[in-house]
Amino acid sequence: MKRRQFDTLIIGAGGGGLRAALQLSNADTSVAVVSKVFPTRSHTVAAQGGMNAALSNVTQDNWHWHMFDTVKGSDYLGDQDAIEYMCRAAPKAVYELEHFGVPFSRLDNGSIYQRPFGGQSQNFGGDQAARTCAAADRTGHAILHSLYQQNIHAKTHFFDEYFAVDLLKDEEGHVLGALVFNIHDGEIIVIEAKTTLLATGGAGQLFRTTTNALINTGDGLGMALRAGIPLQDMEFFQFHPTGIAGRGMLITEGARGEGGYLVNGDGERLMERYAPKAKDLASRDVVSRAIATEVRDGRGCGPNKDHVMLKLDHLGEAVIQKRLPGIRQTCITFLGIDPAETPIPVFPTAHYTMGGIPTNRYGQVVVPVKDTPEEPVFGLYAAGECACVSVHGANRLGGNSLLDILVFGRAAANHIIEHLAENRYHLTMDENSIDKAMENLQRWDQKGKTDGESVSQLRDELKAVMEEHCSVFRNEDVLKQGVEKVEQLARRLKDARIDDQSSVFNTAKVEALELDNLMCCALATIHSAYARTESRGAHSRMDYTERDDKHWMRHSLYSLESGLDYKPVRTKPMSVDSFPPKPRVY
Amino acid sequence: MKFKVYRYNPDVDAKPYMQDYELEDIEPGMMLLAALLRIKDELDETLSFRRSCGEGVCGSDGMNINGTNGLACISPVAELKQPIEVRPLPGQPVVRDLIVDMDQFYQQYRAVKPYLIVKDPMPEVELPQTPEQREKLDGLYECILCGCCSTACPSFWWNPDKFLGPAALLQASRFIEDSRDQALDERLADLEGPFKLFRCHTIMNCVQVCPKGLNPTKAIGDIKKKMVTRSL
Repeated sequence: MKRRQFDTLIIGAGGGGLRAALQLSNADTSVAVVSKVFPTRSHTVAAQGGMNAALSNVTQDNWHWHMFDTVKGSDYLGDQDAIEYMCRAAPKAVYELEHFGVPFSRLDNGSIYQRPFGGQSQNFGGDQAARTCAAADRTGHAILHSLYQQNIHAKTHFFDEYFAVDLLKDEEGHVLGALVFNIHDGEIIVIEAKTTLLATGGAGQLFRTTTNALINTGDGLGMALRAGIPLQDMEFFQFHPTGIAGRGMLITEGARGEGGYLVNGDGERLMERYAPKAKDLASRDVVSRAIATEVRDGRGCGPNKDHVMLKLDHLGEAVIQKRLPGIRQTCITFLGIDPAETPIPVFPTAHYTMGGIPTNRYGQVVVPVKDTPEEPVFGLYAAGECACVSVHGANRLGGNSLLDILVFGRAAANHIIEHLAENRYHLTMDENSIDKAMENLQRWDQKGKTDGESVSQLRDELKAVMEEHCSVFRNEDVLKQGVEKVEQLARRLKDARIDDQSSVFNTAKVEALELDNLMCCALATIHSAYARTESRGAHSRMDYTERDDKHWMRHSLYSLESGLDYKPVRTKPMSVDSFPPKPRVY
Repeated sequence: MKFKVYRYNPDVDAKPYMQDYELEDIEPGMMLLAALLRIKDELDETLSFRRSCGEGVCGSDGMNINGTNGLACISPVAELKQPIEVRPLPGQPVVRDLIVDMDQFYQQYRAVKPYLIVKDPMPEVELPQTPEQREKLDGLYECILCGCCSTACPSFWWNPDKFLGPAALLQASRFIEDSRDQALDERLADLEGPFKLFRCHTIMNCVQVCPKGLNPTKAIGDIKKKMVTRSL
């Protein structure tokens, strides 16, 4: 088997992976970026509205207010040291991107355009802030392409269209790289690395209706779980208030930031009842619940009263074309309507994985060891949506995910550079760990039982089960059945089969391995959700409607071997006073 | 609904062939990508194609649809004549079925130095750019590298190694037009010669097929104008 050696292996080529790769290449370390798709196909490309940073270009702002909003948005489950770090680093992260060439929209004075987004305030809960730096409504595209371009300049080594199967370790559990294969010809390679960074993105394919790309199958989350690393806070899955109803395409929160608002079947501006002050720019969990409640109570729109409308036509065509050209095109393509004339039918849609691989603010993956809740795993890092730092806690604010991937992609790379200075040689890999990874890969080479089910059938069932049993509103019965159904699907997956045994660009095999990962994510999500008997952020229980800080202001940790465990929230920031939990009103 | 799909797997096929598929119960508004995914899930798991975002943003699923290059995910099947003929992007080596080897395409992209070059020291804040200067990038920066344009260009078919092709040249223009970039002279000098830029014969296939509505031919013309001005 071919072996390649690099200082750092980065798995995933979205914004987090590419930001880290750039930092590492520019520091003259050798870095391999493995991605199952060509880098600019990564899902960062689909981010629309923008990236938060207290630049004060439009409204007076500072990082401390941004920090307050993020802590409040997280429903006090976010770790306040990491949140302080991120909010303080935000302006620099934006300026760096601008220097990399990102074509941000501009204000008349030549500075970066910022728009209002949900959950943003001045002065700790005061007036609406405008904190989201935007390149029209294609900010993710602009950022991802610029980062890839800078990596071309830095001569980063890319393994495009390679699939990472599993992490590899030595006998002490140090992570030393990964087993990967070339999708083009099936060749298997062991990549040995002194440090490995997981930057594989989220698991939005867990749900049937999702804003997420088909590639968002939680691959890094599956790899981590199989390597014995627990997943944190997986019960917190964000449903974006404005996916196109029934189809799932994202309509950016920027549409409401620019002045759009939601109306129900009675033509009423519904958010006035749920968030009298912030209205349509309340936090996403609040707006999603409001829409779901309207529809449940019979105040939806359309013949089936199963959605509400997002009204933009009052903004005028000029504003829509200048600030929201991308979503305008999406509506024309998929709905045959122009939002400059007709409101858009929307419904809460699976969008973002708040949970993930537990890390500290240096990007090091941390696990509980005996009495220490957060012991770094030697050689392993994670950044971006697959990681849980946790800056988003129970509910992410819009505009904070691009910020997260850039700040922590960079932070992880900086820590890796220090690690490499102290650990100059490759350690010896445990051959058993390679054998185990090979088993997981080659399990799909056998045709399996002739009565084995197909991958697509199981995947469709899983997505339907997750949508029915782990959606915006949850309760004991629904979750309990969900746990049983997912467990049963996981057992059935063991006998699933693929017919395609070609070594050339075998997408059936890729989809099978993706389902292995997705199933890991589903188990973690449904078990964590069932156990948490409170309502916090995106996890909303009809049978436990209140937040319960006494028992539940703690992070969930789910592992395949030992089920659920918990660890405390880091409530102490780096330098300022901690924000104690308060009732969350918008 | 009837489909004719190009099939070729070098592992097992001596040569390419067209395969027929038929789907029933077509949902209203169904896109070609959704149809291909249904064929793969329900009829033939071996059918291979790239896909990701499903909404025309990532550029993965460029293919030749009834003779015209486009993105499967934003091509409504109801608007296509049946049987819908689906082939890989033309002029590129076929890896398998609808998947082509894009190496040449990416190589030409890298050749135009597609990154901002600033020679002065960087300020501690953003480089200033007026809204008017920024507007010059509209129609240039939105490219998704799907390859529909370059693989529809006869000049690119004949000289894929020498002619940079519309996608790479659009990208060159994106940096030439950027008020922050300080490598204009080098960029223009790099494009001199009979092939790299000047093989464009304004056939305008690129404009016809671009799924993002961009205009590489105009971008190429603008570069030519800048070259003329510079040589005066």
